[in-house]
Amino acid sequence: MAANPEYLHEKMIKFTLNGEAIDAFGDETILETARRHGIEIPTLCYLEGYRPDGNCRACMVEIKGERVLAPACCRKPTENMEVSSDNERALHSQKMVIELLLADMPQQGKSPYKLNSELDQWVNKFGIYHPRFHQRKQPRPDLSHPAMAVNLDACIQCTRCVRACREEQVNDVIGYAFRGSRSEIVFDMGEPMGESTCVGCGECVQACPTGALMPAKNAGLVEPDKKVESVCPYCGVGCLLTFNVKNNFIQYVDGRDGPSNHGRLCVKGRYGFDYVHHSDRLTTPLIRKTDAVKTPVLIDPLEMHKYFREASWDEALDFAATGLRSIRENQGPQALAGFGCAKGSNEEAYLFQKLVRTGFGTNNVDHCTRLCHASSVAALLETIGSGAVSNQVADGTEAEVILLVGARPNDNHPVAATFMKNAAERGSKLIIIEPYSSEMYLHASHMLKLRPGTDVLLLNGMIHTIITEDLHNKEFIEQHTDGFEALKKTVEKYPPEKVAPLCGIPPETIKEVARIYATAKTAIIFWGMGISQHIHGTDNARCLISLALMTGQIGRPSTGLHPLRGQNNVQGASDVGLIPMVYPDYQPVESAEVRKKFEALWGTKLDPNAGKTVVEIMHAIHGGELNGLYIMGENPAMSDPNLNHAREALAMLDHLVVQDIFFTETCSYADVILPASAFPEKTGTFTNTDRRVQLGRQAINPPGDARQDLWIIQEIANRMGLDWDYSGPADVFAEIRQAVPSLGGMTWERLEEVDSLTYPLTKEGDPGQPIIFKDGIFPTDDGKGRFVPVDYIEAAELPDNKYPYIFVTGRQLEHWHTGTMTRHSRVLDAIEPGPCIMINPADLDQFDLKSGDMLVIESRRGRIAATTRADEHMQKGVVMMPFTFSEAAANLISNDALDPFGKIPEFKFCAVRLKPGQRADDIIQRKK
Amino acid sequence: MKRTRGKKGRVEGRTTPHKALADIRDLLGDEPRSRDMLIEHLHKLQDSFGHISNRHILALAIEMELPMAEVYETATFYHHFDVIKPGGDPPPRLTVRVCDSLTCDMFGAKQLVQELESEKDKHVRIQHVPCVGRCNAAPVAVVGMNPIEKATREKVFTAIQNNETEAELPKCINYKEYLDKGGYQVLQDCITGKHDRDNIIQILEDSSLRGLGGAGFPAGRKWRILRDQPQPRLIAINIDEGEPGTFKDRYYLERDPHRFIEGTLIAHWAIEADAIYIYLRDEYAGCRKLLQQELDALRQDPPCDLPPIYLRRGAGAYICGEESAMIESIEGKKGMPRLRPPYVAQIGLFGRPTLEQNMETMHWVRDIIEKGADWFASQGRNGRKGLRSFSVSGRVQKPGVHLAPAGITMRELIDEYCGGMLPGHKFYGYFPGGASGGILPASLGDVPLDFDTLQPHGCFIGSAAIVVLSNKDSARAMALNAMRFFEDESCGQCTPCRVGTAKAVKLMEKKDWNQPLLEELARAMEDASICGLGQAAPNPLRCAIRYFPKEFE
Repeated sequence: MAANPEYLHEKMIKFTLNGEAIDAFGDETILETARRHGIEIPTLCYLEGYRPDGNCRACMVEIKGERVLAPACCRKPTENMEVSSDNERALHSQKMVIELLLADMPQQGKSPYKLNSELDQWVNKFGIYHPRFHQRKQPRPDLSHPAMAVNLDACIQCTRCVRACREEQVNDVIGYAFRGSRSEIVFDMGEPMGESTCVGCGECVQACPTGALMPAKNAGLVEPDKKVESVCPYCGVGCLLTFNVKNNFIQYVDGRDGPSNHGRLCVKGRYGFDYVHHSDRLTTPLIRKTDAVKTPVLIDPLEMHKYFREASWDEALDFAATGLRSIRENQGPQALAGFGCAKGSNEEAYLFQKLVRTGFGTNNVDHCTRLCHASSVAALLETIGSGAVSNQVADGTEAEVILLVGARPNDNHPVAATFMKNAAERGSKLIIIEPYSSEMYLHASHMLKLRPGTDVLLLNGMIHTIITEDLHNKEFIEQHTDGFEALKKTVEKYPPEKVAPLCGIPPETIKEVARIYATAKTAIIFWGMGISQHIHGTDNARCLISLALMTGQIGRPSTGLHPLRGQNNVQGASDVGLIPMVYPDYQPVESAEVRKKFEALWGTKLDPNAGKTVVEIMHAIHGGELNGLYIMGENPAMSDPNLNHAREALAMLDHLVVQDIFFTETCSYADVILPASAFPEKTGTFTNTDRRVQLGRQAINPPGDARQDLWIIQEIANRMGLDWDYSGPADVFAEIRQAVPSLGGMTWERLEEVDSLTYPLTKEGDPGQPIIFKDGIFPTDDGKGRFVPVDYIEAAELPDNKYPYIFVTGRQLEHWHTGTMTRHSRVLDAIEPGPCIMINPADLDQFDLKSGDMLVIESRRGRIAATTRADEHMQKGVVMMPFTFSEAAANLISNDALDPFGKIPEFKFCAVRLKPGQRADDIIQRKK
Repeated sequence: MKRTRGKKGRVEGRTTPHKALADIRDLLGDEPRSRDMLIEHLHKLQDSFGHISNRHILALAIEMELPMAEVYETATFYHHFDVIKPGGDPPPRLTVRVCDSLTCDMFGAKQLVQELESEKDKHVRIQHVPCVGRCNAAPVAVVGMNPIEKATREKVFTAIQNNETEAELPKCINYKEYLDKGGYQVLQDCITGKHDRDNIIQILEDSSLRGLGGAGFPAGRKWRILRDQPQPRLIAINIDEGEPGTFKDRYYLERDPHRFIEGTLIAHWAIEADAIYIYLRDEYAGCRKLLQQELDALRQDPPCDLPPIYLRRGAGAYICGEESAMIESIEGKKGMPRLRPPYVAQIGLFGRPTLEQNMETMHWVRDIIEKGADWFASQGRNGRKGLRSFSVSGRVQKPGVHLAPAGITMRELIDEYCGGMLPGHKFYGYFPGGASGGILPASLGDVPLDFDTLQPHGCFIGSAAIVVLSNKDSARAMALNAMRFFEDESCGQCTPCRVGTAKAVKLMEKKDWNQPLLEELARAMEDASICGLGQAAPNPLRCAIRYFPKEFE
């Protein structure tokens, strides 16, 4: 490790360890100093990165002049201290501790649960194999949790799991109860782990030194034949992890010390990897049988062979490409479109949009960002010229004030949420503006549960307060922004007293949080779908941006704007141009200058007009203008709003090519299905919410005859007349560097070495810029940020007498979006096996229903039924469902009204009516 | 409200237990919901319902904005909280707690328990408990909160039948009487400037008054150290008196409570502290009533501006007599001792510099200031300084609190103060400092009893809790009793104590002790335990081996 120049100036503390003079840095403990010098001292309750607890007493050292021995993990050396870790007295206690603990292990011997138990390591080093003490009465195993096995007969009460749960991930489930030799690890109030509020993050499993907490079914006892360092495929946090593989099978996953996660994972990343091995994986190409008529009704995956026949790759690829080519020739390029994947790699996304632009000849290429942060990005581009986050999560969680708006990170960005919880514990103020409280509220200083859809009112109220109380940063506004006067004028109509009754937050609270935000030394805004998925989503984001600009809370460490990106690579997919209006790196399609550049780079003429977005494409299909679609790794038959309409459109297509890993709902409408590679089966780069480009490495081979997505795209491209011969992801990446100046300085070699690089990184060797807009310089025409004032508009479809309730789609911790991956994961599916309607208990009472009874939800667009789940987090009059479950697809209900700027649908608000359900005729049973 | 999981690990919505929450709000009233009030609030539940259910733990967690696990682990740490599993039966209406520590064991506690249990009354539960601080009247059975001294089966049943379950209010010198006899004059002199802070501290230093809870740190020096720490500073008074054999604090508390209060207020003035916390063990229910009454009287008509004085209740944990564990308990947490450094004087209660002092130490402050440092220092014998309140119990004619010169020997104490041994009992050995101070043989009955004099013999005086053994007793059996006590009372934090005490008990229960192994274990416990409990736990066993070899033949 290279010497850090900062350390050279620090005062060193000189002391002696085992007779040798030794130097410690100011902040080091005796243990850390010893380790740094290669001197071994036994430890058990110590875990690097965690607060040291000093309870196991294995690391005992003798300090001259002290009556009793001291724990090396907790004591800092002082000048001239004389320490001994290996004299007779220290060794005696160290060994006795090991022997005492071993006496209580199963069979008083090696851990039967874990291969490299830390206790066993010290037993071996000291040669203490036969403890001379009586074994305790052993507790019974607790195997109630689908993902984790609890065997407290191997517990040494080191409390690493307690610190993991209460101090690291702050899920607050594990306790150390009772007293003395009867002390035991408990979950909640002494409940079986599987019945507790445990969220399955597995941090405790990762922390346990002896195997008392392990992955279920002895997965941890399998010795991997290779360990592959990669990234998590789920959310935008981008946790680094290690796949432990044996016989081409992922046995278990460990968290790795990545810059975004520092070893932490959530239940999906740690236990949700087994979908790749599910027997339902597509393994051969499929072509629709000529007599299999397309209807909007979904095909049951178990019946797919009634509608599709197996084909060879050549036949399938030819069929796919021919169909697309023929539409291009007969109806023109605008009759084609492509949906790329936000979960695939940057390389795949880049080639996909290049195929659509150069192969199809249209800019009709889009991906699910349209359904996610499209409005946020539109607002950001318009006001400050860049759609990416200004500060990274790790930086933001050092802020004095964290404003969290319209997001529930403990469900959707769980590891990022743990850092926010840590910040709150350290004294940062966590202010949450969100209509549905989540477990984050337990850590919030202020929880503003506003009425759904009233964000503009509240935010304008805050802006109003900041101006009237003279808390805005006049210097920053003057030097770095345009349009403040217009903002000032607009918000005059939104004093807190006026907006309070409409948004349901007391005026004093609105003022208080405004003051706290404005006067903080550092404050950051994190936001999510609650802001973006509205027809006024862009407006919502404009308000957030105004707050940051007017207070100068941007362009410095621990400040800024951070729309939490959902998919693991939605940032990357957008960056490399999977967007109809812009080329890679957000360069506008309709700019002649930019187009010339890309025509040169790609060697072909390009369509000068911006393309259609996801929902617009559905409308175009209905209108008969668009007839051919190539979908890679997207599932619009579940993720689009107003599913009946969307599914009808998909069924109307002349030619639909679907490339995916499972027979998704969208496959029901395909003409040809191409079996592709899952995340651990490919190598590629993936960009997380923090603008970190991270390397995912292939760990296993795709099953059967499934192939690499990259290969499939190239094959289709070549059959459509292009002439590609990319040798692999590194080759594609080299071209991406040319197309995306922000990544221009990154090299594949460097990524292989360091796993993670932050952009902008324009010149090779640059460290990468974690904070952008430094010194208040924005990448706009005049270098200044723009205020765009907004007036409040209501949601598109308000509740009325016919449809009196509000319906919202949302997400769950255990499931990912349309469920393609997570419903095929044994553990995740066991925890959340079926659809649920989250509803306030008071609303349930209205219908005389109990939690668990069936409820039917109906909107003007569709109808579903599912079991209810009483949830006090929900406001009265609002019901929510995840859009994961095809047997009760929430998007059948949702509204496809669009935000005019971002073109994002209003998932977060539509009107429904409710009535009690009957099991038999209301639901479609999903056969297993 | 966090969602929970039902059977087979499926997620279910968990809704607020409204009735339980209403119960909690009723019980807590206007009292603060801050973390440090957790134990006080758990007491309210236990007192009201006779037990604590999971529903109430959940509701309390919601009301106090704490994780369920945190409330649960705190509640289950303390023996006086009956945490009932869901579906479990609440305990019987009445609990009779029979002490089975050293002296009570010598005086037939086991037999008493058997006799009581043979009745099999389903409305009464018989519990073994550790020392309740009435060793001079062993054996002791506490019926509800009512301690029955020199308990017999008959006495206990009479109390049960007559529903005599409340603690009597001791008759003490009350506030008015204390004032009439010149009380709080010294305090007022301090406050009006007649005394100088440095001067007062000097007097204490010169008197050689040392901490009377057991650690023996010079009081004056401690006050001086506190004065040098940054403000705000706090005072914590330790009346957790749990060392088997000790009852001197109760003795003074029941008779003359204002004396220590005055001493504490003088300390408060001397070190310029902000507030006073008094921690009283839960077993002294009568004293609790008394202190509440007398503190109220004091507040109604204070002799000067009073700082906030908080009375906090223990909940059945000997370890909370350890200064840092006591502080953790006042903070509403489990009584887990802290690692030192940093010391309590630097980072103590709520992270503030804290003057922690045993009640009796404060009890002497007024006398020392009134009568002078010399008065106290000169009272010693055999070259030692000061007075000592010896709690004597065991095979002597007159057990009780005997105020005698520090440095007096055991024989002198027995002869001059205790009226000699009981008829038919020959002096055989003694515990000089409670269960943790070790055991000495009669042949060492001429060693001066004071701080620092017993260490060469592998013992210490601690709280001066003397238990006198006769030829009818077994040092070995007493050592085992002491080790069982430590096993029960270990907080569970560190390996040498948590596991060591349990393994030692098993080894000591054998007919033949594996002495070399016990010594190895003892050494590790002494060297590597976090606090004094684990460090001192091996003392009785080592002394039994060293001084009573005949018992092992």
